Amino acid sequence: MPILWLFLIVLAIAAGGYFLGRSRALQSAGGDSRSLHSLPSFYGANVFLKTIVPAFGLLILWLLVQPIYVNTQISGMIPETAIKEGSSRSLVLAEVRRAASGLDNAVEQGLITEDIAQNARADFTDMTQRLKDAGQVVTSNITQPILRAAQSYRVLNSTGRSAMTIAVLLAAVAGAAISLWQTNKVFRARNVVEQGVQVLLLAAASIAILTTVGIVLSLVFNTWEFFKLYPASDFFFGTTWSPSFSGRGGSSELGIIPLLWGTFYISLVALLVAVPIGLFAAIYLSEYASPRVRAFAKPLLEVLAGIPTIVYGLFALLTVGPLLLGVFGDEGLGWMKAGTAVVTAGLVMGIMLIPFVSSLSDDIINAVPQAMRDGSYGLGATQSETIRQVVLPAALPGIVGAILLAASRAIGETMIVVLGAGAAARLSLNPFEAMTTVTAKIVSQLTGDADFASPEALVAFALGMTLFILTLGLNVFALYIVRKYREQYE
Amino acid sequence: MNDMSRVERQVDANEIKLECRDCQVYYGDNHAIKDVNVDIEDKTVTAFIGPSGCGKSTFLRCLNRMNDTIDVARVEGSFKLDGEDIYDKRVDPVQLRAKVGMVFQKPNPFPKSIYDNVAYGPRIHGLARNKAELDEIVEKSLRRGAIWDEVKDRLDAPGTGLSGGQQQRLCIARAVATEPEVLLMDEPCSALDPIATAQVEELIDELRSRYSVVIVTHSMQQAARVSQKTAFFHLGNLVEFGETGQIFTNPEDPRTESYITGRIG
Ligand SMILES: Nc1ncnc2c1ncn2[C@@H]1O[C@H](COP(=O)(O)OP(=O)(O)OP(=O)(O)O)[C@@H](O)[C@H]1O
Ligand SMILES: [Mg+2]
Repeated sequence: MPILWLFLIVLAIAAGGYFLGRSRALQSAGGDSRSLHSLPSFYGANVFLKTIVPAFGLLILWLLVQPIYVNTQISGMIPETAIKEGSSRSLVLAEVRRAASGLDNAVEQGLITEDIAQNARADFTDMTQRLKDAGQVVTSNITQPILRAAQSYRVLNSTGRSAMTIAVLLAAVAGAAISLWQTNKVFRARNVVEQGVQVLLLAAASIAILTTVGIVLSLVFNTWEFFKLYPASDFFFGTTWSPSFSGRGGSSELGIIPLLWGTFYISLVALLVAVPIGLFAAIYLSEYASPRVRAFAKPLLEVLAGIPTIVYGLFALLTVGPLLLGVFGDEGLGWMKAGTAVVTAGLVMGIMLIPFVSSLSDDIINAVPQAMRDGSYGLGATQSETIRQVVLPAALPGIVGAILLAASRAIGETMIVVLGAGAAARLSLNPFEAMTTVTAKIVSQLTGDADFASPEALVAFALGMTLFILTLGLNVFALYIVRKYREQYE
Repeated sequence: MNDMSRVERQVDANEIKLECRDCQVYYGDNHAIKDVNVDIEDKTVTAFIGPSGCGKSTFLRCLNRMNDTIDVARVEGSFKLDGEDIYDKRVDPVQLRAKVGMVFQKPNPFPKSIYDNVAYGPRIHGLARNKAELDEIVEKSLRRGAIWDEVKDRLDAPGTGLSGGQQQRLCIARAVATEPEVLLMDEPCSALDPIATAQVEELIDELRSRYSVVIVTHSMQQAARVSQKTAFFHLGNLVEFGETGQIFTNPEDPRTESYITGRIG
């Protein structure tokens, strides 16, 4: 039975349970809902929850555990001798799975009967030929142990499936029955449902957190692998970035400093563009603009935030780069060699960040209470004095938080750098030279054809980890500041 | 009411500082102030009394054009400060508010230090030539606001960290620091204990020797104690306006009488 069907059946049982629970509760109160402990719908919801939660929990658990169990079983069936020179157990297991799905398909297409597919004494040469005839992709000749393993793989899986279906349905029915039996007019269904909802919310929150933990762990493990192959001190303090492209050469120099410098420099240029413009825009919008201008200009500014960064990258490559080259290039001041440079990427990234800074700052400035402004006006201050001396200082921590959030976005930005700043890792102060950032290098290290276990590929994880810690630190700091600001007006 | 204050009230009619004629205020469609005529005299304390929501704050805010900051508010009528219309196009509301100071109903200290809160007005108006003079102004204002003793050791602490009543007195100190000619006080004592209230009343009395003060209050006793003139508002109308003694002992309008004797509220 497909899982979707199982899912729907459990839902149907639960829905039936809902109405049964409701009516049973009403019945126990003699039809008078006022003498029930909770509203009738809570009794229904109680049955509903107690039906689906154990059933779906079991379903998920089973789906997770069964493949692991089957794999260990099959793995035990394959003798060492069956593993060829230069191959590995996991490759053989993959072959088993392929053969099993080949058998499945063949049965489905009616080329062989289920009996033959399961027949333990079936002739394997014959079987290979049949599978090939049937157009199944079977890499090498299927050997006897592989065929046997594939056959029992199929059997294990299908019995597992049937057992799962039965167990899940039993769990659903049992849950419904027990909760229906509990239902009477003094049962505190409302409290139980409330608790159930709380647990659901908690589960959702933990999934989010666990995912983060998982991401961090995968980063950590791969970073660890990298540091086994490449000395950490060279990585953190090396001032040259020149991975060898041959793959396994020991000649790569993987120093992060030029990349960090590029990241820092480009982000700095971006913030120099975004912060003043964004802040002034926010002040104009929140303090000076008439409601009509505001209603029109604010969404317009926020549209900037919705443009995909690759579009900004193209803008940098095709418009801003040539434009800057015209002014600072050989025809102009002669400072710039090519369109891809720190200023190009920084400028475009700054434009990208403007709505980010302005929209957050605008919210924060608006949150400054009107009473504060009135106090200042009441003392005979002008509007600009009020803004400079009362509103901005009051909003400053929040604005700093907004700027830090913008900075962490700038640090994480990739596409604009790839297209606007070039790919050369360089330690230089000249903003008209090409440079590159950590993120851009992560992409280029992983998209190359380097072996995944080589330091040249694994360095991407170390880079990612460094970046993660940097932006995490910035975000935590920003949130801390924003929160501190919130407390001021409680 | 003791005889002392009764004697004090027998002042000669002072010249008129602020003359208000046919004042109307609308909040959108809500007609909040209707046909109000009031003369605020110089060197006099005028009390505005009336039930909650009758428009006392609204009218007070007309006197220094604070209603300009409310988009939906519309003010009509003539308001003359020293004979000059304050709603005239040539009048700068900023200049006006330096002359007509205000203490708000809810304390609103700036998120700055106590010192900077008080020094704010003197700084923007350039009232002090040097730091020593500014220090002096700050201290004097805090003393007049009856809060000096409580904050003199922590002038650098944020003003927002004070208690509600302390914040209100800080706002009073802040308002008197700019030496306004007219001081508008919207329920300045609603959050204060009796001792601080007495101190603020003392301050009001002191201010009267040089300025005119307008105070909104819900306390009949306070109005009787500190004011020479009293205006009674009801549902946006000015019901009665006259000598405080007259209003409290022998009101002309039955509504005034019911209000001060506690029968309508
Ligand atoms: N900002 C505003 N926007 C719209 N209506 C307002 C505003 N401020 C006051 N009003 C309305 O104007 C009327 C008078 O309000 P006002 O604040 O002047 O009363 P008040 O006499 O000061 O009352 P209280 O003694 O409670 O302070 C009320 O009906 C109120 O709803
Ligand atoms: Mg009021």
